[in-house]
Amino acid sequence: MEIDRRKFLTIAGITAATTIGKKVIGDTTDVEQIAGLPQKSPLVGHRWAMVIDTRKCREKSGCTKCIDACHSAHNVPQFDNPKDEVKWIWKEHYKEAFPNQEHEHVKEGLLEMPAIVMCNHCDNPPCVRVCPTQSTWKRDDGIVMMDMHRCIGCRYCIAACPYGSRSFNWRDPRPFIKNLNKEYPTRTRGVVEKCNFCAERLAKGLHPACVDACEEKALVFGDLEDPESEVRALLRENYAIRRKPALGTNPEVYYIV
Amino acid sequence: MHDAGKIIGGLIIFLALITSPIWYNMASGKADYTPELKYVTTEKQCVMPTEYMRARHMDLLNEWRNAVVRDGIRVHTSHEGRKFNISLTNTCMDCHSNKTDFCDQCHNYSAVGQPNCWDCHIVPGEVQ
Repeated sequence: MEIDRRKFLTIAGITAATTIGKKVIGDTTDVEQIAGLPQKSPLVGHRWAMVIDTRKCREKSGCTKCIDACHSAHNVPQFDNPKDEVKWIWKEHYKEAFPNQEHEHVKEGLLEMPAIVMCNHCDNPPCVRVCPTQSTWKRDDGIVMMDMHRCIGCRYCIAACPYGSRSFNWRDPRPFIKNLNKEYPTRTRGVVEKCNFCAERLAKGLHPACVDACEEKALVFGDLEDPESEVRALLRENYAIRRKPALGTNPEVYYIV
Repeated sequence: MHDAGKIIGGLIIFLALITSPIWYNMASGKADYTPELKYVTTEKQCVMPTEYMRARHMDLLNEWRNAVVRDGIRVHTSHEGRKFNISLTNTCMDCHSNKTDFCDQCHNYSAVGQPNCWDCHIVPGEVQ
């Protein structure tokens, strides 16, 4: 086949356009081929963190959307007996969530207000230090992760965590899960569990379930090492506090009060 | 040997008793069968060659577990170059949704106990 100048230029042009296009848009072919994975590429961060705007959170009293979304996504059981309670995200009164950060003349009613609390994914996590099986550890992106396969149920981490973020499965949780999410495992009796910053959703390119569930956009998730991220913008513009900062755990959940 | 008869007789009874499960299984034909696996999928090929899966699926499951949980690697490339989401619940059980007619067949036959995978991972159809 003869290639004249016109044909050559057309082919060269198309090739150049595709190459540049692929670089600009990003090569998506890899993601599309994977059976059972959605076509979004995973979210990658260097220091995941969350900012909770308690002012927005208070707008609707009695709202439990984030809690419900999290607990149904992760098959968290609901026990009647508070001694058996398992929780990943819950409400705590301001005075209990932020001890030593209140004073006599604090804004009226604030101390009794609920604040949304969860695992703080500390930069210096005490639970990780005490775990004898390295069943809990800090990932490179800052998430303090649990490996249920390795947990022997010694509960050192529960004793070490100053935030009460960890729950022990005293009983078989399965009969107490209201709506089973079949895509996510349950836990077994004798292991500890806690919030995992929705590592399984980040892998699918989604934000954590609680963040997506909040209609007031009171929960914001992002990369703290990215100066352009939404969390950094919020922290630049607002004064935010953390839970029990004096303990030196460097919690990575920030509260705008 | 004063009591040779008693001793030899006793030994024979003893041997017969401790080997009785073998005789029983032989007589009843319970051990003399090949586990039959039911495939309920239209997929032709697993994530690894069938021979490998038959012999070493437990190693693959351990590798997958570590890859996802510890290293955050969630994509498996098969011997044919196909890519799969690494997940027991969502990938393995998608094709092998019949645990009783698949996993249990060999596990019961070879008496490899009850693997504790299912304490946490959900078997399709077993829980509602």
